[in-house]
Amino acid sequence: MDTAVSARTSEQDNIAIERPLVYRQSAWTRLTHWLWAAALFFLLLSGLNIFNARPQLYIGQESGFGYDNTILQIGAINTPNGPRGYTDIFGHRFDTTGVLGWSGPKGYERPRAFPSWATIPSYYDLGTARVVHFFFAWVLSATLLAWLLASLFDGHIRRDLAPRLGDLRRLPRDIADHARLKFHHGRNYNTLQKLSYGVVLFVLLPLMILTGLAMSPSMDTVLPFLTEIFAGRQTARTIHFGIMVLLVLFFAVHMLMVLAAGPVNELRSIITGWYRTDSPESSNSSKGSA
Amino acid sequence: MAKKFQISRRKFLTGASLGLSGAVLSGCDAFDSGLGVGDGLRSFLENANDLTWRAQRLLAGRDSLAREYTQADIRQPMRPNGVTAPDDAHYHELLANDFSDWRLKVTGMVEKPLLLSLNDLQTMPSRTQITRHDCVEGWSVIAKWTGVPLSLVLDRAVVKPQARYVVFHCLDTIDRSLSGNIKYYGSIDLIDARHPQTILAYGLNDKPLPVENGAPLRARVERQLGYKMPKYLSRIEVTDDFTGMGGGRGGYWEDNGYDWYAGI
Repeated sequence: MDTAVSARTSEQDNIAIERPLVYRQSAWTRLTHWLWAAALFFLLLSGLNIFNARPQLYIGQESGFGYDNTILQIGAINTPNGPRGYTDIFGHRFDTTGVLGWSGPKGYERPRAFPSWATIPSYYDLGTARVVHFFFAWVLSATLLAWLLASLFDGHIRRDLAPRLGDLRRLPRDIADHARLKFHHGRNYNTLQKLSYGVVLFVLLPLMILTGLAMSPSMDTVLPFLTEIFAGRQTARTIHFGIMVLLVLFFAVHMLMVLAAGPVNELRSIITGWYRTDSPESSNSSKGSA
Repeated sequence: MAKKFQISRRKFLTGASLGLSGAVLSGCDAFDSGLGVGDGLRSFLENANDLTWRAQRLLAGRDSLAREYTQADIRQPMRPNGVTAPDDAHYHELLANDFSDWRLKVTGMVEKPLLLSLNDLQTMPSRTQITRHDCVEGWSVIAKWTGVPLSLVLDRAVVKPQARYVVFHCLDTIDRSLSGNIKYYGSIDLIDARHPQTILAYGLNDKPLPVENGAPLRARVERQLGYKMPKYLSRIEVTDDFTGMGGGRGGYWEDNGYDWYAGI
């Protein structure tokens, strides 16, 4: 494969031949991955600070004050046992004291929707959170555009992400393998990887940007249909929040999969590009190796 | 050689992942320093505000119109926000005789400074629009606003060619500092000032503008968020520079770290 392999001891030679390193992630993929990771981290935490300014979600064009179109509300109430935090979802109330609605260090608890550790800045500051949020909104959008162009030109989308007929046939077995945390390490993404990365990159992130624009009174004058597609400004805000929840769930599963599949190998491939595959007989990796 | 490199890289990867999770676990006050108004990091991030403003101007142009709704879309009273009952003695005097002593001053870079009574404004051509008020906090309310287009007032005062901004000065004290009371103020550029939907509103939902919504006169700037639409107006100053006023950032909320152009 390369000169480094020939310099190894015979024992390592055997490992290298049986489980070869392949060049799996291009520089574009690695760079954009980490830009997204950073941008989404800051967007999430500044976004939760922005949400704290009005910890309610509505359906429709406007927020109901004279009528009820609230579907989610996070707040605090006084009870005989002291203040409690609550979260109302579709009319069902959950006690979320300590995390949502009422939180803080012991003796310094305060009414706040999302807790201090989950927001940037840690204190409530809508103006500053908006500065952080819109800065990283540009980073996210520019990165998505750069990735889309690069991945169209270098074939990453067609070669690595587009699900093929065989992928769909393998789907049930792939789901079963994931459920048992049994992984095949090959050059190519497995079916669930293709589907989940595809949904994030082509559905969730674009929807996040579009629902963000639909909330802008200035962009609403240019793209009035956008606010209509999302069934009103407040519905767009609710969808924006909902996609945030889906992206956080994706992140949690993504981390779980990285840990289960071998964090060193997975991290190496997204930092250096090189990925150690299973022995060629047990996988279909050979065709893509560099 | 190769073996050594392999180990150090592995150590690096493990260390990097531990470092990353450590940064996350240590909480987000890690980013608090540097984010205050005037701090270096904050100022760097604020460069994006300029980009955001330019992008919106490029796409929306001078006269793109905010959506106007129908009477059926008005389902609730307009929600008041910010100062809803000014406690300034001068304001109470004006309110006591129904603003008959109130005057709107138009000053600064104009050929003919004006002093307009409420009646003067109400006898000028009016515009009524049902629009959606979007607050920076995230909520929205649809309401009907009636007032005189700001462009007509500016034309009557005859704006000098070097002017760039309109500054709204208000009657209400919103904050107190060591150097005294801080009255609300805000600014927009002449493009938004001359926008067809930018009005000085004296009517709300077919009634005179109530105190909590800014009586006797407030601005409506429909392509921006609520904090750009000052209430309790007393003076309109036409200028080419607002950096000498207040905190120098063009408005009360801007001085407190909010972006000057609030189109998003």
